[in-house]
Amino acid sequence: MSVSHVVSSSRTTSDDGDRILRYTLGERVNHWIAGLSYIYCLLTGLAFWSPYMFWMATIVGGGPAARFWHPWFGLVFTASVLWMYKIWRSDMRATDADRAWWKAAKYYVRNEDENLPPIGRFNYGQKLFFWLMFYGVILLLLSGVALWFVESIPWSLRWLRYLAVAVHVAVALATIGGFIIHVYMATAMVRGGFTSIIRGEVSSTWAKTHHRLWYEQVTKRTAGRK
Amino acid sequence: MSQATLEIRRISGHAGPAPGAGVERAQQVCKLVDTTTCIGCKACEVACLEWNGYTFSETVFDNSYQTMPETAWNYWNLIKFNEHESPDGKLMLLMRKDQCMHCAEPGCLAACPADGAIVQYANGIVDFQQDHCIGCGYCVSGCPFNIPKFNPSTKKMFKCTLCADRVNQGLEPACIKACPTGCLHFGTKDDMTDLAESRAQQLREHFGFEKAGVYDPAGVGGTGVIYVLHDATNPEAYGGLPKNPRIPWVVRLWKGPAKWIGNLAMLGGIIGVTLHYLRFGPKQVEDHRDQKGGQA
Repeated sequence: MSVSHVVSSSRTTSDDGDRILRYTLGERVNHWIAGLSYIYCLLTGLAFWSPYMFWMATIVGGGPAARFWHPWFGLVFTASVLWMYKIWRSDMRATDADRAWWKAAKYYVRNEDENLPPIGRFNYGQKLFFWLMFYGVILLLLSGVALWFVESIPWSLRWLRYLAVAVHVAVALATIGGFIIHVYMATAMVRGGFTSIIRGEVSSTWAKTHHRLWYEQVTKRTAGRK
Repeated sequence: MSQATLEIRRISGHAGPAPGAGVERAQQVCKLVDTTTCIGCKACEVACLEWNGYTFSETVFDNSYQTMPETAWNYWNLIKFNEHESPDGKLMLLMRKDQCMHCAEPGCLAACPADGAIVQYANGIVDFQQDHCIGCGYCVSGCPFNIPKFNPSTKKMFKCTLCADRVNQGLEPACIKACPTGCLHFGTKDDMTDLAESRAQQLREHFGFEKAGVYDPAGVGGTGVIYVLHDATNPEAYGGLPKNPRIPWVVRLWKGPAKWIGNLAMLGGIIGVTLHYLRFGPKQVEDHRDQKGGQA
């Protein structure tokens, strides 16, 4: 939470509340390293998954190039997610507020947000997505290294080759499910989310509506400091 | 190694059917390896290297006659030696020519994601097309015989072609040509099966090998390389020939039901979020100040 504070930017001063910094530049850069490397792995991975999607490898340079870069971009994605773990771990722990919110999640789905209890910087769905990607990337890394150097696994331990295929496919599909929901919610469903991960700021109304406890925390602290 | 004149029955990673699917015009070709008359001279190994243009590889001493543990990307044909004690206490030096088995249902081809990198010709030969290979190594996981090997400098997979280039010109494979004892035969699958069965019968009836038989595993639809073994109940003794080879179940699941389930799940996810948007729309936060931007 140390990274969030009220921005007093001349560009956004107005009579109707402050712009609040939701994501620092470092968080935004890291998010987009993760996002772009994930999309690369998604396109090339889907190309390897089905002949009907092999054209996705063609648009990023063809099959051999896709095969060459997929594991390296996978490592970039892994590093990026591990960095997220380092900076967001404490924000991502589920709290009692989250559990109350999760019980009322149906109101969230129906856009009846006035019935939801207040929550902190991230909601429980975002936390679930974070942990899905965190544990997912660990499993993808382990199975991916096995697939990368498949011949290094001796014939007598070939069950590891098969396990790696199964884990890589299953976990990749799970992350794709999370990714679809993440992109939908961040771009189409929750207006303001996409701008916040690009420019870092949200309006105070947005913060109050979606993350009231976080809003109170950052405004109180900044006010105290002033 | 393109064989444009041969019809293609199966193509790896191909969206849609293979042009030659269902073609039955061609005879199935087959190599017969009679392990009971192999003397382990390695002439077949040398002939393979000579024909395909590779040099002899460095050997690894392991206290036996085995020259190297397994085939390599540039060493497609290897005699597997095994000092085997038979149940009645006799020492047998088993020798088996190991190479691609040219399965009727090839696991390498099933696992391969690259369009046209692995093909099965109408005559049954399974061949890698390196110009389409992306070097992913999935064929390594698909093969139940540990045959496809990766060339790290070109990043392509290689294996025995059953001398498709020679067979296409009406010649027998180089290994067959070189065999001095006649333990290697080449012909149609039907002829080779007949020959192998009669040899196995001879071994059972006249040589005291009661368990002699032919190795032509049904789990992969039969193979384009068949063996006569002294003891067909114990193929593992012949340098680890699998008893009941099949395409690994993970690979079958991955390339079969999992593909449908995964594709439907992804499609369902996209349809689901679209329907949500159509039904509930976006969450707009009222922000009088930021009307123009539209995203407050």
